Amino acid sequence: MVSKLGEFILKQILGMQWLNDLVGDLIQFIFGQTFLESQFGNALQFFFFDFIKIGILLCVLIFLISYIQSYFPPERTKKILSRYHGIGANTLGALMGTITPFCSCSSIPLFIGFTRAGLTSGVTFSFLISSPLVDLGAFVLLTSIFGFKVALAYVIVGLVLAVIGGTIIEKTGWGKQIEPFVLEGENVDMDSIKLSQKERFAYAKDQMIFTYKKVVLYILIGVLIGSVIHNAIPQSFIESLLGSQNIFSVLFAVIAGAPMYADIFGAIPVAEALYIKQAGLGTILAFMMAVTTLSIPSMIMLRKVVKPKLLIAFASIVVIGIIIIGYVFNIIEYLFI
Amino acid sequence: MEIKALGGCCSRSTQNYLNIVEAAKQMGINEEVEQVSNTNEIMKYGVMSTPGMVIDGKAVSSGRLLSVEDAKALIKRFQV
Repeated sequence: MVSKLGEFILKQILGMQWLNDLVGDLIQFIFGQTFLESQFGNALQFFFFDFIKIGILLCVLIFLISYIQSYFPPERTKKILSRYHGIGANTLGALMGTITPFCSCSSIPLFIGFTRAGLTSGVTFSFLISSPLVDLGAFVLLTSIFGFKVALAYVIVGLVLAVIGGTIIEKTGWGKQIEPFVLEGENVDMDSIKLSQKERFAYAKDQMIFTYKKVVLYILIGVLIGSVIHNAIPQSFIESLLGSQNIFSVLFAVIAGAPMYADIFGAIPVAEALYIKQAGLGTILAFMMAVTTLSIPSMIMLRKVVKPKLLIAFASIVVIGIIIIGYVFNIIEYLFI
Repeated sequence: MEIKALGGCCSRSTQNYLNIVEAAKQMGINEEVEQVSNTNEIMKYGVMSTPGMVIDGKAVSSGRLLSVEDAKALIKRFQV
């Protein structure tokens, strides 16, 4: 009974199989059965299904997440984190990173605020790594495609990477390589503002619309690439290039993904198509992590507050960590599928 | 009453500023609403996420795009 229910949630609610069928029926109705079964018809079905599915999931998720986040504005996170020290603080930093609202536009004030409040570089970087990498949205989307076990494993290794990455940056002393102006200022704590339920819902709705508008282009591009992979590129090609048998597959995925700027919602359709075409699980996860955590625009932003040495250390640690995660997942893939 | 709108990096901050200006006008406040977009200036109020709002040197909102009604309510609440 429970497993039946789980399967229903996975297939129909998160996977939206009904939507896929509906899109297929519509295409068949308009263009006929032969077209639906053709390569182009197939691609069209994948495109519309995925675009609508991700749009719906995104709106529902962002609304829920934003509501939760309204309880954890960065000003409050800063106050909470400044009470803790050591590895526990890094772990808490990584965890808070998953629930504090974050966009690349806010990373600079966040970095300055954390540093001035006396948080260690380890905590700050644990937060900066986990914030784009792991959140409720990523978790639910991954569950819808790869199942619960893979999603849980992704979240756990993501957090571990954040904690270890932050710790290395702190212990090596690289974390001290920040621009002097960051420290030239007082720490100011803002009085917390109590919001009413109505205000929280309004905030969540506002965030939902804003985020959808911001990422819709990335979803569109992601779904387009996904449709091409899904229907025009032969499986044997994907398998030989990105299958877990190819020892360079993870490297390819990370090198291709790291400079790209895309939201996790844009990366998902590509990951989904690669997965259907038998790319290695570790390779796909590494690609997603590389796309969401590192990008040229976010590096340029971060460069304003940290010196080149720390920037390079940060990027290298994240890249190496993701590569290791990718290989490990490719080896233990059989445990999940 | 001195009112400031914090944030200048995105369209939301600009909208926030315009809404606050409108709210101040409706509340009969003659002093000009200032838009603060310099990160360092913003951080002096302890605000880490924009858009934000400051009334008489005190941060009263952060990370939220305020509607005209929201801004009016805040002005009313912090008016002395």
